[in-house]
Amino acid sequence: MTTERLTPAPPPGELIDSPRFPVAARRELGNAQQRRNLHHATRTIRDKRAQAVGEMDNWQELRAAGGAIKSRVLRHLPEYLEQLEASLTRNGATVHWAGDAAEANRIVIDLVQQTGSTEVVKVKSMATQEIELNEALEESGIAAWETDLAELIVQLGHDRPSHILVPAIHRNRSEVRDIFLAEMGNYGTPPPPGLDDDPVNLADAARGHLREKFLRARVAVSGANFAIADTGSLVVVESEGNGRMCLTLPETLISVVGIEKVLPSFEDLEVFMQLLPRSSTAERMNPYTSIWSGASEGDGPQNVHVVLIDNGRTKALADPQGRTALRCIRCSACLNICPVFEKVGGHAYGSVYPGPIGAILNPQIRGTDSAVDRSLPFASTLCGACTEVCPVMIPIADLLVHMRSKVVDAKKAENTGVHLPHAEPAMMKAGAWVMADHRRLEAAQLATKTSGKVLGHFTDHIGALPWPLSKWANARDTANPPTQTFRDWWKANRAQEEQK
Amino acid sequence: MTASPQGRPGHGLTVALFATCINDTMFPGTPRATVEVLERLGCTVVFPREQTCCGQIFTNTGYFDEAVPSVRTYVKAFGGYDYIVGPSGSCVGAVRDQHPILAQRSGDAGLQREVAQVAPRTLDVSEFIVDVLGVTDVGAYFPHRVTYHPTCHSLRVVKVGDRPYTLLSKVRGLELVELPDARQCCGFGGTFSLKNADVSVAMAADKARNVASTGAEYLVAGDNSCLMNIGGVLSRQNAAVKPIHLIEILAHTEGN
Amino acid sequence: MSAKSEIMQRIRTALEDVPDIPAVDDVPVPWEFGRAVDLSAAGEILDVFVERVEDYHATVVRCPAADLPVAIADGLRATGATSAVVPEGLNPDWLSAADGVRFTVETMPHLSPHELNRIDAVVTASAVGVAETGTIVLDHSADQGRRALTLVPDRHIVVIGADQVVSGVPEAVALLRPAVEAGRPLTWISGPSATSDIELSRVEGVHGPRHLYVILVQERP
Repeated sequence: MTTERLTPAPPPGELIDSPRFPVAARRELGNAQQRRNLHHATRTIRDKRAQAVGEMDNWQELRAAGGAIKSRVLRHLPEYLEQLEASLTRNGATVHWAGDAAEANRIVIDLVQQTGSTEVVKVKSMATQEIELNEALEESGIAAWETDLAELIVQLGHDRPSHILVPAIHRNRSEVRDIFLAEMGNYGTPPPPGLDDDPVNLADAARGHLREKFLRARVAVSGANFAIADTGSLVVVESEGNGRMCLTLPETLISVVGIEKVLPSFEDLEVFMQLLPRSSTAERMNPYTSIWSGASEGDGPQNVHVVLIDNGRTKALADPQGRTALRCIRCSACLNICPVFEKVGGHAYGSVYPGPIGAILNPQIRGTDSAVDRSLPFASTLCGACTEVCPVMIPIADLLVHMRSKVVDAKKAENTGVHLPHAEPAMMKAGAWVMADHRRLEAAQLATKTSGKVLGHFTDHIGALPWPLSKWANARDTANPPTQTFRDWWKANRAQEEQK
Repeated sequence: MTASPQGRPGHGLTVALFATCINDTMFPGTPRATVEVLERLGCTVVFPREQTCCGQIFTNTGYFDEAVPSVRTYVKAFGGYDYIVGPSGSCVGAVRDQHPILAQRSGDAGLQREVAQVAPRTLDVSEFIVDVLGVTDVGAYFPHRVTYHPTCHSLRVVKVGDRPYTLLSKVRGLELVELPDARQCCGFGGTFSLKNADVSVAMAADKARNVASTGAEYLVAGDNSCLMNIGGVLSRQNAAVKPIHLIEILAHTEGN
Repeated sequence: MSAKSEIMQRIRTALEDVPDIPAVDDVPVPWEFGRAVDLSAAGEILDVFVERVEDYHATVVRCPAADLPVAIADGLRATGATSAVVPEGLNPDWLSAADGVRFTVETMPHLSPHELNRIDAVVTASAVGVAETGTIVLDHSADQGRRALTLVPDRHIVVIGADQVVSGVPEAVALLRPAVEAGRPLTWISGPSATSDIELSRVEGVHGPRHLYVILVQERP
């Protein structure tokens, strides 16, 4: 039996079942249009960020403060969560707790059903992407309308987000126009006839399409950038005003918030409202920030709910090194600067959290059982550009290496007795044996020198090589190995002097 | 530079050369050039033969336990020297940044103490020349157009800053041209180039294109692994530009 | 076990390595809160404010207090508004020069979203201005009205006094705390609504007011 869907269907399949990163990356590299789009977009935002950050002469102090505040929260999470719950409750909000995605979705569905509404308008939220709330609502007969422009492009395009901040970064203007023309009319106000691909007109079409949804909406679902413990306030940082519409016009507001989003005090906002806009959209300040403390009499939703979710965060919290990844404020600076992300885009990461932060967050939150999560820590050259830009000083490159060791430890544990599914540990063990003693290294160097001598009779460089070196040699020439190592030269030219 | 040995900036300093396993085996010209430059500046250079590898091939692939023997070999080879100098931002960075972590993981308190002594004394050759010897003009002559790629680990782990530019700017005859998108990674990343070969090649192609666009005769960097990556693509594309390590330029003098 | 106690238990287990000492002692935050930002390199504070609000493609005019009604009338005319809503607490004298504009002073019951959508503009006061970032903050007290008023109409004429403008975000946050403690929401506005969602190029004008017209009054109006 097939029932008609209320909202555009996303691509089939579960993200967690995505192929390993190298396989997905190869697929994405083949999309020439996407590569051009990503190249253009990442260059634009990098330059702008550098400028916005360059204006601040205390940027490093701000980063240190942001990192410390987040670190304090994470290490003392119970007391701040208790304080947050008490403050929110005092302000007239109802606080719910959800251990995992299913619990969170159940809570939201129940709350929406209690209002009798069959639709919700949504503020862009990573937490609700993570728990796949839209599909859970759809299955319960509730239509979830994304209202952020990029989320709208993704939703109407039957697509998945590929970036934390700009989920449609992989699309260019003419693709957006095609999606709007094909789909908008099926789900509400159609685009104006003769819509061209000028971003101004595309934004205007989105305004027209969504306005009727905002004006009639009775329930909104949001996330929150920050949850302030002492005043019991939530903060949403945005640009378009769709957030304000959702947070202000409906009667019921349900905010799904990760437990790591707490800030101790309202004062802390002075640090994060300087760090976040410059790191994310590369502006001195984002156009709109909404701060609300439960239900405000005569202003906005009177039925206010906050769903605090764990969904794997406590697993990351349990690793003293790994927990620093929970400082993340979802700015996307690490994605934008990452040379790997620039090449392949967000879909290759098999998660709503792509890029360097995703590569350290997913294997912690989701674990290292799936093929994609195992491959993510290796999806980096360890160039360290991400670490340099992170506004809360997450040592991303170090954590990538740390997570690699976790994956390796998991593989080693699976190599038991005669059952050896992984070959790499044995290779590495052999390598370690060689490097433990210089005499073994010298013996190994004999092979290189010999190949250098042999090859020297035929060619001055190496072209093709057998697997796995073919992966290297398919695109690169390699100079012949030298016939004399440095240590041979030293022995011949300097060692005698040393004796003297 | 003064001619008398006593007047040379490195006079009286003994330097333990950390050749690195890849240079020792594949690029012996680089540690030889390092010896040449340091001796020219008056240093006494020694090569502790017990040295093997910094271990980062293991560490960066997630094999921490397998990297520990390399750490042990390193402290055994270099313990007792005040200055340990290597021509590689990446390997020097691995010693300074990763050895303390690995020693801690080993649970061996003695090893931790030794690493705490030895790791901070390990310097990239550009750091040693500029900071310890206080020299920016090493008396080199290299009449060519070159462009410099700041390798990621030189830049962000060892943080060599503008030292290589300063050293190059004092080389007689050398014309330094700016590399577009210089700070972008070349895509090498050790085992990344094998595990994620397609992405690696795409990144290297960008770098090679930028290098070729400068019209330089030589591409200079402080890490041979990155040069091997970019140079490999340039060679496959029959581009005329040749990769060369920074210290090999500094070793060139008039008449050689 | 409730979901809450289960999560709390997981957190406590995860944090077993953290010493049982006060959070502020465990992780010191190297930051002094509430300081003024030194803008001397950028210029005089009000000039910086004006320049940075204009950077977002908002309109800024400066006027003496006595000229405010005329400035508001000019703003409504310049943005093409023939109807405007104003919050009940707004000084009615401010509207005295705007002939030909149909004003709705919102009282209870509130206008519906659809009714608000049929009104061209909104005129309000504001709480704090931030020079460094070109931000205007509404704390939704009586002269600013509830949030929907300054959201649904397409033109926002906002009045700010020179003495309401502070150097940077830290001073603003310190000033805004009492409003938050009183349970009022805040809206920080930096230019008209905008998006960078298509190719990361900034486009002004999406869902919020597409015209932001700021009147900076020499003295507090």
